[in-house]
Amino acid sequence: MALPTYDEVIAQWDPVLGLEVHVELNTKSKMFCSCATEFGAEPNTQTCPVCLALPGALPVVNEKAIESTILIGLALNCKIAPYSRFARKNYFYPDMPKNFQISQYDEPICFDGYVDVEIDTEEGPKQFRIEIERVHMEEDTGKSLHVGGATGRIHGADYSLLDYNRAGIPLVEIVTKIVPGTGKYAPEFAKAYVAELRDILRGLKVSDVKMEQGSLRCDANVSLKPIGSDVLGTRSETKNVNSLRSVERAIRGEMIRHAELLNDGKKVKQETRHFQEDTGLTRSGRSKEQAEDYRYFPDPDLVPVTPSATWIEGLRATLPERPSLRRKRLKEEWSVPDKEMQAMINADVLDIVEATVLLGADPTKARTWWLGEISRIANDQNVAVADLSITPADVAELVALVAAGELTDKLARQVVEGVIAGEGKPSEVVAKRGIKVVNDDGALMAAIEKVCTEQAETAEKVRGGHLPAAGALIGAVMKETKGQADAAKVRELLLKHLGQG
Amino acid sequence: MIQQTAAQMADALAKGETTSVELTQAHLDRIAAVDGQVKAFLHVDSEGALAQAREVDTRRKSGEKLSAIAGVPLALKDVLAQKGVPTTAGSKILQGWRPPYDSTVVSKLKDAGVVIMGKTNMDEFAMGSSTENSGYGPTFNPWDLTRTPGGSSGGSAAAVSAFEAPLAVGSDTGGSIRQPAALTGIVGVRPTYGAVSRFGLIAYSSSLDQAGPFGRTVLDTALLHEVMAGHDPKDATSINAPVPAVVNAAKSGNVKGMKIGVIKQLQGEGYQKGVQTRFDESLKVLASLGAEIVEVDCPSFEYALAAYYLIAPSECSSNLARFDAMRYGLRTGDVDGASAEAVMSATRDAGFGREVKRRIILGTYALSSGYYDAYYGSAQKIRTLIIQDYAKAFGKADVLVSPTAPTTAYKIGEKVDDPMAMYLGDVATIPVNLAGICGMSLPAGLADEDNLPVGFQIMAPAMQDQRLYQVGAALEAALLSQWGAPILSKAPALGGAK
Amino acid sequence: MSSLSRDDVAKLAGLARIEMTESELVELSSQFGMILDAVARVQEMDLSGVKATSHPQPLENIARPDVVLPSLSPEEALSGAPAQEESRFRVPQILGEAE
Ligand SMILES: [Mg+2]
Ligand SMILES: [Zn+2]
Repeated sequence: MALPTYDEVIAQWDPVLGLEVHVELNTKSKMFCSCATEFGAEPNTQTCPVCLALPGALPVVNEKAIESTILIGLALNCKIAPYSRFARKNYFYPDMPKNFQISQYDEPICFDGYVDVEIDTEEGPKQFRIEIERVHMEEDTGKSLHVGGATGRIHGADYSLLDYNRAGIPLVEIVTKIVPGTGKYAPEFAKAYVAELRDILRGLKVSDVKMEQGSLRCDANVSLKPIGSDVLGTRSETKNVNSLRSVERAIRGEMIRHAELLNDGKKVKQETRHFQEDTGLTRSGRSKEQAEDYRYFPDPDLVPVTPSATWIEGLRATLPERPSLRRKRLKEEWSVPDKEMQAMINADVLDIVEATVLLGADPTKARTWWLGEISRIANDQNVAVADLSITPADVAELVALVAAGELTDKLARQVVEGVIAGEGKPSEVVAKRGIKVVNDDGALMAAIEKVCTEQAETAEKVRGGHLPAAGALIGAVMKETKGQADAAKVRELLLKHLGQG
Repeated sequence: MIQQTAAQMADALAKGETTSVELTQAHLDRIAAVDGQVKAFLHVDSEGALAQAREVDTRRKSGEKLSAIAGVPLALKDVLAQKGVPTTAGSKILQGWRPPYDSTVVSKLKDAGVVIMGKTNMDEFAMGSSTENSGYGPTFNPWDLTRTPGGSSGGSAAAVSAFEAPLAVGSDTGGSIRQPAALTGIVGVRPTYGAVSRFGLIAYSSSLDQAGPFGRTVLDTALLHEVMAGHDPKDATSINAPVPAVVNAAKSGNVKGMKIGVIKQLQGEGYQKGVQTRFDESLKVLASLGAEIVEVDCPSFEYALAAYYLIAPSECSSNLARFDAMRYGLRTGDVDGASAEAVMSATRDAGFGREVKRRIILGTYALSSGYYDAYYGSAQKIRTLIIQDYAKAFGKADVLVSPTAPTTAYKIGEKVDDPMAMYLGDVATIPVNLAGICGMSLPAGLADEDNLPVGFQIMAPAMQDQRLYQVGAALEAALLSQWGAPILSKAPALGGAK
Repeated sequence: MSSLSRDDVAKLAGLARIEMTESELVELSSQFGMILDAVARVQEMDLSGVKATSHPQPLENIARPDVVLPSLSPEEALSGAPAQEESRFRVPQILGEAE
């Protein structure tokens, strides 16, 4: 029997979502010990008695992690608990050295918040408020490498190798309340929610929020109920959803899978499923014989966290502007088209463009430099734009030089290269490299005449009033002058020369 | 030389009358002579001890200012991690494990120049009151080798009692320092919870565990207490306050004008006659020294044992989950095709003893969903009531007192098959642990019916540990003058020469 | 009188990851009645309105600064490992999925 189409699913069923996002904080040291948290370090070089759970070792909380969590809670409009505690979640698993995870249970540090998201639809923009149940602190597990078997996956492996560098890295878990009412846009709203969270967390500078490296991970709970019904269906929980696109795909796929089962009169199993990037489908996790009993209890090695109002308000005062509001503001101030705005967000250059604009650069020019030439170089060098040695001040200076006619765009690109190569500020690169615009009308006219002779046919078209053909000639003149001419000036002289001035 | 007190040894070292190497060797010789009978030690680190002794002798020669007990040898309960030295907590599951780090207590001992001679036997993971639950066989009471020295710090207590070490470190979760001190005729103190760092102390029950000192005199015990205690940023439950002046208190024992509260619930029925008699006499001695004896009522103490046997197993069921054959310790059942899960279960079966399994299962039950409120939750509320009882009692008295244990040392094997009877032996010590306060046991004489030592327990409010020593020293001095000689001189001789 | 059946004990042993023989299961379940009766005394008192105490000292907000200190060397970290390979702890095949 064929799978129902998405349209068939939503004609009959109403999806209910629940999203759990785990965020690795970017603290220097781990949640409960002083080991480093560098990504990609050699195996077991960032471990100690505490994070290896050696007999006798004790945890002590990282203060920065508490602050980061409170910041996240505040940014998600949560209440901050005046009294919260750590609890032990007991279950055995080889990647978890203590065989319990220090987490928070019935006393989370932040609760009752919300995030507003917006999506574009064919019916126009739509807003939705996703309510947050809780934000709590916990710790990450180690990583296992499965050896033997065909796939490198856990199933069929002969044995596993464990690296505990990641064990104990601070995690913040952000849990939504159940989210009914998203209707057919459930996958899009879910994706927009995770994107908004990512932007908020990035703005707070509390996490690297790299989904591909696992510093932001999403588990998606999905259930269906008949449209108009109040009775919740059985949910499935999909793990390992490691990109924004996957959030959307996983939820859409689960909706279709559930609908198929329900349409056939079968039951949805309450289970954990694993999203598979290659197929876009989920597969069932090994089902447990019985529901796990985690035997939560307050961790006797740790004392309560009771943030004072002064502490909380001090943190609140450092909150940056909410990303969605900021984007709206910048979009209007800079009059940027949607697509370009999105491109800046994706390339993570919004901050740097804003800094450049604040130094006096034209927003369009600033954006073009950062998103264009500079991003290209960063890409080539496989580094982040922010890691290049070019600053907003350099770009502002460059934009000013071009505006003053002292550089052409093409020459300015050479200057950018020079700045990135460490040759100094733009003015210094200009001086050192002897870059200057050819403004001498005589030399330019010579080049124009030469080009018009060589490309007589094209020149004739322009003379005849077909102005688009001038582009080719201008290009040739620029080549002739090795890019040192100002393109606008060339155009002016060329058209005059061909009687179109 | 080994019959001296630690204070006398320290004095001789300071005056250059002996060296730490000489003193340490004398104790190592004594261990070699008698430990075959007592079995106090699981591991004797002769080489390491002599190296430490040489080092402290050198430091002394170079004029370095040393701690009061620098150069004095000590026996360490095997529950504390010592870098490079086998550390098992009395369990087969840790056989052969050598920690790559020092517990804070060990660091402090090393800094103080105390010579650690070896690791002492204990009930596995400190679960027990007789040292019979050790994975490596029992320790024998130097007073009568057919009897237990108490537990769980039975090895440490026996070592001090048998003159194998002048000082020892134990840990006390429900009475595991005070009870063996009582049963072997020595002094043992369980400091205020949070006064001694738990970092590196292999956890049994995190909210109850506390390491503490053993000595043959109140002053010796205070000298060790002062070295062990102090704030540790590596332990989030460590109290950030100065160590109470316990040594001063031990040097100036005095009870004149003090109010001493006798806890109604911790005497009488259920207490051996000779134990009760020696306790009552000690009260008279204190009264004769100028103390006012008052009776206090602590009604919820009746439920202390039940609360303890829920809280401690619950915490231990979680604390001991890390012994899983993956990263260290025993691994069994790792045959071709066996899963990690199967290896964990097989190893925990093979590596843990009966009592440990019993408590893990009990704790797993008490924490499981549907039972949490009735068991663990109720136990924590009883804990609150016990704290309130103590607060009221300390409103009426400066210290509280009771017999340390209801009986003198019992025969090995007598109670192993009856866990409830064994648990009852902790009835007088457990309330201190639940409330997080401090307690001392010191010898009150020998019971008439069996000529075995009786312990007198003193309790003081949190961070008032000096009161234990002040009262303990006064009682000790008065009793000593009655007896004419230290109580241990009445113990039978061991091995060859005494 | 409280009790735990042999199957109850087996379930708990599974949660606690302790393999038990039939005789151990039976022995424990027979001892449990007595032990549970004793500890169930905590329910005898009226505890309504009584707060639970999980920490004996009233400490709050104990935290450490976010500072990196030296870790163990991998050799030290792995020194107790029953088996190791490529600086990692080698463990038998894992059946269940991670949480
Ligand atoms: Mg979690
Ligand atoms: Zn660590």
